[in-house]
Formats: sequence, structure tokens, C-alpha cells
Amino acid sequence: MPSTDSVSKPGWNILFLAWLLTIASALTSIFFSAVMQLPPCVLCWYQRIFLFPLAFIFTTGLFFCDKSVVRYALPLAGAGWLVALYQNLLIYGIVPENIKPCSQGVSCTDIHFDILGFLTIPMLSLLAFTIILVLLNIFNRRISQ
Amino acid sequence: MRKQYLVVAAGLSLGLLFIIATHVYQTQQSQKLDFLAREDAEIFVRPHSPTLGNPDARVTLVEFMDPACETCAAFSPFVKKLMDDNPGKIRLVLRYAPFHDGAEDFVRILEAAGNQDKYWETLDIMYKSQGHWASHQNPQPHLLWDFVAMAGVDLETIRSDMNEARIQRILEQDIADARALNVTKTPGFFVNGKPLTTFGFKQLQQLVESEIARHYPQ
Repeated sequence: MPSTDSVSKPGWNILFLAWLLTIASALTSIFFSAVMQLPPCVLCWYQRIFLFPLAFIFTTGLFFCDKSVVRYALPLAGAGWLVALYQNLLIYGIVPENIKPCSQGVSCTDIHFDILGFLTIPMLSLLAFTIILVLLNIFNRRISQ
Repeated sequence: MRKQYLVVAAGLSLGLLFIIATHVYQTQQSQKLDFLAREDAEIFVRPHSPTLGNPDARVTLVEFMDPACETCAAFSPFVKKLMDDNPGKIRLVLRYAPFHDGAEDFVRILEAAGNQDKYWETLDIMYKSQGHWASHQNPQPHLLWDFVAMAGVDLETIRSDMNEARIQRILEQDIADARALNVTKTPGFFVNGKPLTTFGFKQLQQLVESEIARHYPQ
């Protein structure tokens, strides 16, 4: 068991925020697919591959306030961010349709719904990965002080 | 307070939120579809839809299916048994959701067999022989004809009837209704317009029995 002082280390609150956001994002993505029955497209699946392990890594890192959590979380968050960015570029037509990798199954540019005219599911994903990356950077700075 | 407790509490709260959201969403969907049933009952049952059982039954079981769907085949005897156990109380209505490869043609063959009054016999044979012509690893739809012949239908007539505009219209209408009712998987069941919220034999039986209890009070 971790000692109490391990959780009073600098950066715990930042890590807690990142953890909260990750768990909420993972649950939201499960809600979309399992409850609302929206089929995830290929790119969404890749984002999930990077998001779901983050939930476990952050949980463990949080319990032991292990500063090496950054080392494991950053590549996952970075990769997820790249896929999310790519999908949003596809949706906004910045990357041309003809090179998109999902011709089979669900189209990656199908908009299931959008809130306020810009909050699509891929946009939510991009925002989540962006905030996670920012929090990881802040955490990194705090622990290196 | 130890911060670990905060993590556990936050995790449990999020989990609870998820469960509540699920419940709220599914209740809303059921109400929405109940509402659809009242306002727009024809979306569930079209005049062209094949029906089985007592036409005046107070419980209507609508099944969106496709002859190549294994789970539909697995449900077929179960649905028959439900109807036998509640004689005269259930009307089965079949709708098409041809999601499998080539399923539209299987529906055309089935509907064409209906022209020779062999609809249910043909469907039964299709379901039972599915493994031979519709396996996912190695689909061999051409083999279907050998089995359809066993229903005692004239294959030449089926080949010409398959392309009737009537059947094309049925397919288009059913696919549109399936989309409107958010049917994305087969079989998709609705009992008196209420969707099966969690999928399974037991769940279908419970939904059917609750509707029977409501409309046939002892």
C-alpha cells in the first residue's frame, strides 16, 4: 500500500484531473457504442485502443503518485491525439476524401450528431486527448521542480 | 482524508452516472418508440408484411430479420414455441433488414416463394440449411437453390418472380423502416412497438409475457 505522503506529492491534483477526464472519456465512448448503438468507425477504434489503456495507467499512477506515469501515458495520449487530429481533418475536408482509409464498414466522416454545430464525437475525442496532453505536460513540470 | 478514497469515490460516481445515463437513455428510447407506435403504427407493420398467427392477436411481435442471419435462425424455433405456448395471443410480423452480403437476393427468393404459397416452408428450410450456403467463412449462395427446391416450389417461376418490382418496393420500404426504428442488428424485435432493450431469449420472453399480461388480464 502507498503511504499517505506519496499522494501529497506535487502534481497529484493534475494527475487526478487527467485521470478523471480519461475515465469520463472512456465511459462516454462505451456509452456511444454499447448504449446508443452507434457503430465505431476504424479511426474511432484506433483512438479507443490508445484511450482505454490510459484509464488503467492513470489509475495505477494516481494510486502511487508515480511520476514515471508520464513515460507510459505520453506515447498513448500522443498517438490518440494524432489519430483524432487526422479524423477531424478528414471531416473538415482538409485531408481529401480519396485517401481516407475507411472505405469498408462505417464511414469515418459520418457525423452521428453534433452539439452546438461543432462538437462531433471525433471533436470530443480530439479535445480530450489535447487536454490530457496539456495536463501531462503540467504534471511533468511540477514533478521536475 | 486519504486521496485514494477520493479516487475510489470519483470512480464509483462516474460508474453510477454511466448506469443512470444508460437507464435514462433507454427509457427515452422506449417512450420515443411507443410514441412512434401510436402516431405511426404502419412503420412497424406494412400491408405487405408476412404475418403468422392470429391476425386479431393483441400482441404483435415484429421481427426485423434476414434469411442469412444465424441468430434469426436460432430464434425461429424459440419464437414458434412462444406462439405455441400462448395460442391466439401473438401475431408474428416479419420485416426485412438484409444486412448480410447477398441478403437482398435471399429475401427476393423468399418473397417469390410466397407467390407459390410456400413462404413459411421456404423460410424454415432456409434457416435450417443456412450453414451450407450462408456460412461466414465460406458463403456459397448458389447452393441455396438445392435447398429451396425441397420446399416444393417451382424454381423457374422463382427465378422470374424474384425481380418483380413489388419485391423491390418491399425491400426499399423495409430498409427505410428499419433505419427509422434504428434497427442496426438482426434480429431486431419489437413487441407492440416496444423495442427489446437488452438482447436475449429470456429478455424477449419477458417482454412478450409482460405484453400478454397487459392485454389478456386473467
